[in-house]
Amino acid sequence: MKVSYYPGCSLHATGKEYDLSVKAVSSALDIDLQEVDDWSCCGASSAHMTNFKLSVALPARSLIAAEKNPGDVMVPCAACFNRLKTAQHHLRRDESLKKEVEEIVGGTFHDTVEIRHPLDIFYNDIGTDTIRDKVQKKLAGLKPVSYYGCLLLRPPEICQLDNYENPVIMDNLLNSIGAESMPWSYKTDCCGGSLTLGKTDVVVRLVDKLMTMAREAGANCLVTACPVCFANLDMRASENVRLPTFYFTEILALALGLEGPESWFRSHNTDPRPLLKSLNLL
Amino acid sequence: MATFLEEVNEKINGVPIQACYHCRKCTAGCPVAFAMEHNPNKIIKMIQMGMRDEVLNSSTIWLCASCETCVTRCPNNVDIARMMDVLREIAIESKVPVKEKRILKFHEAFLSNIKSGGRINEPMMLVNYKLRSGDYFSDMAMGMSMFMKGKIKLISPRTKDMKSVRAIFKSTGA
Repeated sequence: MKVSYYPGCSLHATGKEYDLSVKAVSSALDIDLQEVDDWSCCGASSAHMTNFKLSVALPARSLIAAEKNPGDVMVPCAACFNRLKTAQHHLRRDESLKKEVEEIVGGTFHDTVEIRHPLDIFYNDIGTDTIRDKVQKKLAGLKPVSYYGCLLLRPPEICQLDNYENPVIMDNLLNSIGAESMPWSYKTDCCGGSLTLGKTDVVVRLVDKLMTMAREAGANCLVTACPVCFANLDMRASENVRLPTFYFTEILALALGLEGPESWFRSHNTDPRPLLKSLNLL
Repeated sequence: MATFLEEVNEKINGVPIQACYHCRKCTAGCPVAFAMEHNPNKIIKMIQMGMRDEVLNSSTIWLCASCETCVTRCPNNVDIARMMDVLREIAIESKVPVKEKRILKFHEAFLSNIKSGGRINEPMMLVNYKLRSGDYFSDMAMGMSMFMKGKIKLISPRTKDMKSVRAIFKSTGA
């Protein structure tokens, strides 16, 4: 299948493991990615928190560019996913805003592209049966908790990804590759997101709570689908509670026997290799 | 002249906030409420009471992380997350003293980085944030470690058509 690809800024920097693993897994699942031509930043939290029109116009520019490619647009970063979906929502329901934004951006929004997260594409278009058949190494002993965070699911009428209080698609994907996804109540709790620089102590407190609850659930790692969540979990957790964190695509790539996982794990702040070695998975 | 309540409702452009009946579900689910000066539902009441300065000067509006738990769970569909965005916008426009300066400095550094390259260049954005906030020394060791791991690249690809990006910032007054 052909899908257009919006990596966003994080995936070209601190989230580079996410970019590389999304591409590796997509290729193994016969998903052909074509990067959106000359995309720009979605504006993230900083745009919508301070300037509504900017928060619609910035994503609109990239959405219009994505319409030139065949297929839907895959957006792995939960923050970009949320901002693009939110902009699309406003452009769909407010004709005068749409006209104004089109003028600002200098292009026409045709609304021909669906914005989709790789979790959705892998789960609903490829399916767990196909993925299970491709597994080279069952991830026995890996007991992750799935951490969905905020921006993939809320607000539900805009995100429309999964049940917004108890999502399961990441859990089901992880179980299909031999891991044992642990049930817990903190799947959709917030990590503090963009407060990480301006209010670090708040983020540390939220992340420590997540780590503590993951341990209580019997998990030996956390799996996420967002570069902001990943950065906070991987770098901000206190030493006495921290567990390794993975992008769900890194874990998929490991199970599918693809090239790359070990080099990605090397760049994590909380090194996950001792855990994987102890389970004979590396 | 419009009241503060009318001003906020007009900018939200959705369910008027007086639909709130103070069940406090927003506050119960808010992950940052523990650090806030006033809880989310209290902010709604304060707006209704016309307490403009107290609301705009409060740390609450900057601490909201926009996790959207409040609006997702509100039985009356009051968009509290959007309300917080609106309050930040009004605070910036009115030039009131900002309680959580570093959070605003972060947003300014972030947006100025997009304005100059179309995409975020993390090291430049960080330097810009540090210069604006005066928070020079935190996270230095982590920054070095990330640099050594190749996660921080001094030069990263920019958007080519910067004219269109700059036009967006100009027309939206950002």
